[in-house]
Parts: sequence; structure tokens; C-alpha cells
Amino acid sequence: MKKINTLFAAAALVLFVAFTEGGYKVGDKAADFKLKNVDNKMVAMADYKDAKGIILVFTCNHCPFAKKYESRIMDLDKKMKAKGFPVVAISPNDPTVEPDDSFENMQKRAKEKGYTFPYLMDETQNVAKEYGATKTPHVYVLEKQKDASYIVKYIGAIDDNCEDASAVKEKYVENAVASILAGKPITPDFTKAIGCGIKWKK
Amino acid sequence: MFELYKLQYICFYMKVVLKIIAVAFLLGFVCMGKKVEVVTFGQLQEQAALKNNDTLYVVNFWATWCGPCVKEMPFFEESSKIFANEKVKIIYVCLNSFKELDGVERFVKAKKIQNEVFLLNESNPNSWIDKVDGGWSGAIPATVMYKGGESIFFKEGDFTQVQLDEAITNMNKTIITNIDQK
Repeated sequence: MKKINTLFAAAALVLFVAFTEGGYKVGDKAADFKLKNVDNKMVAMADYKDAKGIILVFTCNHCPFAKKYESRIMDLDKKMKAKGFPVVAISPNDPTVEPDDSFENMQKRAKEKGYTFPYLMDETQNVAKEYGATKTPHVYVLEKQKDASYIVKYIGAIDDNCEDASAVKEKYVENAVASILAGKPITPDFTKAIGCGIKWKK
Repeated sequence: MFELYKLQYICFYMKVVLKIIAVAFLLGFVCMGKKVEVVTFGQLQEQAALKNNDTLYVVNFWATWCGPCVKEMPFFEESSKIFANEKVKIIYVCLNSFKELDGVERFVKAKKIQNEVFLLNESNPNSWIDKVDGGWSGAIPATVMYKGGESIFFKEGDFTQVQLDEAITNMNKTIITNIDQK
């Protein structure tokens, strides 16, 4: 019986690893995408001719953790755009599962809050799957290469304290951008945080 | 004469009020779900992960604002009844802010949660998520099972009742050999 259980556990582990190993790791090449922005125009990374990189944030309307980070995401864009790293936000959730995350509600939200960055809908959820995003917010800092392709430099949380912006000790994303600009290694280049699981299509 | 009558009336009235209060108090205790305890990650580990016995600890990470988490909680409640005669213990770890203790307690009471609920007081999730499971991205719900001080199951995502009962049944069969025989 024990053997069977060990086998079962091993199978579950293999399955689990196979399932979670998808998506990008730091150092991987990041694929471009073309997604609809809240202003109905299509946005691609290739549109950012002058950028040195992109702060790609998978976020959404409904998630309380995303809400707690919303103003920090807006600040990031204001601060980092000037340094060549604009924010691009993508909402990956299926609106039939979470109506708050419908395209209309995204438009409303972006307008109400005055987003200075695109807020794109990943309708097929293919971008989230390709990148390996699992939750909101989930950040990918991408550095543009000489050939205009993008390399993943950092994956994870915006900072180390979701609850209290004033108690943050480490601003992971800002540090990552600063390190890229200074040509230094990024530490940490991968972090974890609690978030709302992406609402996948059923 | 009139004064005495009035006094008796007041006394009777007060007795009734006191009785009502006492009954309400008792009822409150009976109806109330488990009290929510605020713990650090280390204290949480002592409740399940580090227990070196043959009980299966099923630890579910959730939050009041997480739709799929709230949806699967009745399944965990049901499982705890199904496995009531087995050495299976279900523990909920709430990831709301610890400042929201009152709200979490109200929620637990309203949902009549009978299994133990802890509210985690840790500011930096990056410091403890990997200690639960290296494969956990941090999305909730997530469930980990421990037996004999070892993690034997982990899942990121929600369960159906059938899936949960199946997982508990399978994990409950796991024989742990390194238990302290003290």
C-alpha cells in the first residue's frame, strides 16, 4: 500500500511540476503580443520604439490585492516611464467568471483612476499562459535588447508589503529597473506574493 | 403601598432581562464558529507542519475576498464531517490583513465554520510562501497536507468535493515511518 502511495505521490508531483513549469523564467525571451487597450486601440511591445524596457503587470479590477497595489502601479509608471521603463497592464481574467473584469469595467476603471498606461484585455488568456502568470498582480520586468526583442529580467511582486506601502522595505520592481540601468545583477530577480488566482476560462 | 408594588415590578422586570441576556449569551457561544487566532508563520507551522504524529493535517489558504476560496470552504467543512472518525484535521489559514480580524471573525461566524481558523500576521509573503511549497506561486486558494511532520500534498487552485475527498482519502493512507515512538 505504501508503495502505491509513493507512486501516487510521485505521479502527482510529476504532474504538478509539468503543470507549473510552464511560462517564463528570468533570462527567457519574452514574446510580443497585440492586445486591445481600453481606448479600443491595439497595443504591442513593438510600439514602444524608445523604451529601454517594459514593466508588464498582470492585474485586474476585482482583486483586492490588485486594488491595494493600484496606486503603486500608477506611481511606477509615472516614475519609471521617464527612465525608459513604462508600465503596460494586462487584465487576464475571464469576465464570465468575474464580471468586474469585463472590458467595459476595465474602461470605466482606467478612466476613473486616470491610468497613464495602457490597460489591455488578454481575451484569449494566451499572453498570461505564455508568460506563466498565475495571479494578480504578477509583474514581469522586461529589458529590450539591441535587436528589439525583450528578455525577462525580473518576475514577481512589486514590493515586499502589500498591506502598507509606507512600511515597504524592498521595492523589488524599482530595484530591478535601477539594476538594469546600472548594468548590475538584479537581487532578488524572482519573488513571490499572495494574489488572486487568474480566473481561467472554464 | 404603591412604592412597594413598583419595586416588585422593577425586580421582576430586571430578572426577566437578566435571563434574556444569559440565554442570548449562551446561544451566542453555541452558534459562534471557531474563534480566529492571529499567528505568525512560525506559530502556524507548529499547528500542523511540525506535528510529528499520524494525524493528517489539511491546511487551506484562503481569504474572505477570494471567490473560489469561499466557494470551496463548504467542501472542507463537509470533508471534516466525512472524515470525522479518522485522524484528519482541517485548518484554515486566512490571508486577509491581520487588521481585518473583526471582519474575518464575523465571516467565520456567518458561514458557521466549525474547523480551526488562523489569521496570518506576516507582512512579506516572499519570506514564507516557498516554505509552504516551492511550487506555490502565491495564488489562492492553495492547500497543503502534512503527516508526521512532512508535507505530502500540495495544490494551487480550488477543489470540487469529490476531488477533495479523494485527495484526503489518498493522503490519509500514507504511512509515516519516522514518527517519534516516545
